[in-house]
Amino acid sequence: MGMTLAEKILANGAGLTEVKPNQLIKVKTDVVLGNDITAPVAINEFNKLGVKDVFDKEKIMLVPDHFVPAKDIQSAQLSKQMRDFAREKEIKHYFEVGDMGIEHVLLPEKGLVLPGDIVIGADSHTCTYGALGAFATGVGSTDMAAAMATGETWFKVPESIKLHYHGKLNPYVGGKDLILHTIGQLGVDGARYMAMEFVGDTIRQLSMDNRFTMSNMAIEAGAKVGLIEPDEITLHYVRERAKRPYQLFLSDYDAKYAMEYEFDVTKIEPTVAFPHSPENTRPISEVGNVWIDQAVIGSCTNGRIEDLRAAAKVLSEGKVNSNVRLIIFPGTQSIYLQAMKEGLIEVFINAGAVVSTPTCGPCLGGHMGILAKGERAISTTNRNFVGRMGHPESEVYLSSPYVAAASAVLGRIASPEEVLGVIKKGEVA
Amino acid sequence: MKLEGYVWKYGHDIDTDVIIPARYLNSTSPKELAIHCMEDLDTTFAKKVQIGDIIVAGKNFGCGSSREHAPLSIKAAGVSCVIAESFARIFYRNSINIGLPILESKEAAEDISEGDRLEIELETGLIHNLTKKVTYQATPFPEFMQELIKVGGLIPYTKRSIVNA
Ligand code: SF4
Repeated sequence: MGMTLAEKILANGAGLTEVKPNQLIKVKTDVVLGNDITAPVAINEFNKLGVKDVFDKEKIMLVPDHFVPAKDIQSAQLSKQMRDFAREKEIKHYFEVGDMGIEHVLLPEKGLVLPGDIVIGADSHTCTYGALGAFATGVGSTDMAAAMATGETWFKVPESIKLHYHGKLNPYVGGKDLILHTIGQLGVDGARYMAMEFVGDTIRQLSMDNRFTMSNMAIEAGAKVGLIEPDEITLHYVRERAKRPYQLFLSDYDAKYAMEYEFDVTKIEPTVAFPHSPENTRPISEVGNVWIDQAVIGSCTNGRIEDLRAAAKVLSEGKVNSNVRLIIFPGTQSIYLQAMKEGLIEVFINAGAVVSTPTCGPCLGGHMGILAKGERAISTTNRNFVGRMGHPESEVYLSSPYVAAASAVLGRIASPEEVLGVIKKGEVA
Repeated sequence: MKLEGYVWKYGHDIDTDVIIPARYLNSTSPKELAIHCMEDLDTTFAKKVQIGDIIVAGKNFGCGSSREHAPLSIKAAGVSCVIAESFARIFYRNSINIGLPILESKEAAEDISEGDRLEIELETGLIHNLTKKVTYQATPFPEFMQELIKVGGLIPYTKRSIVNA
């Protein structure tokens, strides 16, 4: 019996020729990740183990991104604890402010996560790296602590489900719309405990930025990982970044999947998730009149250069509505710089947006754009739970950068076509 | 091990953002986290919860973020066990790792009402509803997890394996 992509990577990491769903295995970790919220808890637990050194100074990644640059005294203490630990244990990949970016944008960009890797991160969106063909999943701080000491972790091999996407994307439709649509169909626990595998001709043509967006939100369907088989596009991205060897795994033709889904993407419109769940999705044509107070463009879901280009395209055609605050936060310093070189930052500022340093900021209701009671935001982030971006009585709608930017211009949730005009079939978006 | 307490009942898809909102994640102190446990869902919970009380919820409990602060705050609030129809993957793992007892049972999750008094036998997964005079059987843990729970979580477990290595 053949193995799925997830099973193949796990078998390799466990040193076994074969693994089966539900099998409990011990695997070697290629990357162990933590941030300024989760790493301090992990460090406290690590210290209880009584070991002096971490298992490998080059395989632990510490990224202060959530409350950094420190938003208050307590967060400053947390970052300091992480910084001190990184210095004391001589952790190579600790990213100070100025070098730092949002972890899940930063690590692939620096070539620190590669195809075939097994990655655990004390952050649920660690599943982002599935886009590279890496088995990457979120864990808690205690798991991180144990792995920092031993370089190992245990997994239950997940069942895999296959999601096929066929056809040519409609104008202004991208990875974010595909994944929101998918979560709308599957529900927030539709892939609970499972490995999602995104396949089909549509996926093969998606850019890495769009693929990262899709894998990033696998957790929003409850999945353990959201995988895409590596191909030429992956290799093109990885080749110039990798500083160590990597392995390409593909699913076997006779691999067994618990479920398969088919999506005809020609039927998928720009998609919006309504409060308070990523599964409450509606196509843009059925959104109706929803006024907004704030628009947020960025995060580990949509803070990459193509996302900023999409936003800039809309914002060159219209200014931010006087009732709206538009906050844009690039994912990393180099994306920020690239956006400057391309003149995108100038477009944003001229349009009346604010541009923030890379940080998680408003995405988790941390800082830099917290919502007041009764306020409403559209955001390119990945979660719209109760109180996610501020007051428990505020609301978050999720969308692509195109929709968020168009909404910022019109003051209500809007289709990019309302600002950029309708593209007829055959014209290039 | 026997656990006994009154039930706090909640619905489906209770996410870690409402269990412990990010605005309190600038602290790692379980005591402080406990003060805000469930705050965005139920402002009375943290004030009224008694030592030993039990949370019962629907499917996908603990979905969302990987913050271990969520099971930590529940445990520090005095909750002795969480029973749900199903748990989100990371929350399940975190709870076992930090030694917060959790049990999966659709039947129990559906039948138990707010305020019921329960008695739980962790080893067998039997849940006795003392108010309704019914017993439910929860899914037993795989052996490896029973081992983890027995030694007190992942850190003591790992410590032991490091010493033995
Ligand atoms: S950008 Fe948002 S979702 Fe991504 S790591 Fe930061 S807080 Fe989490």
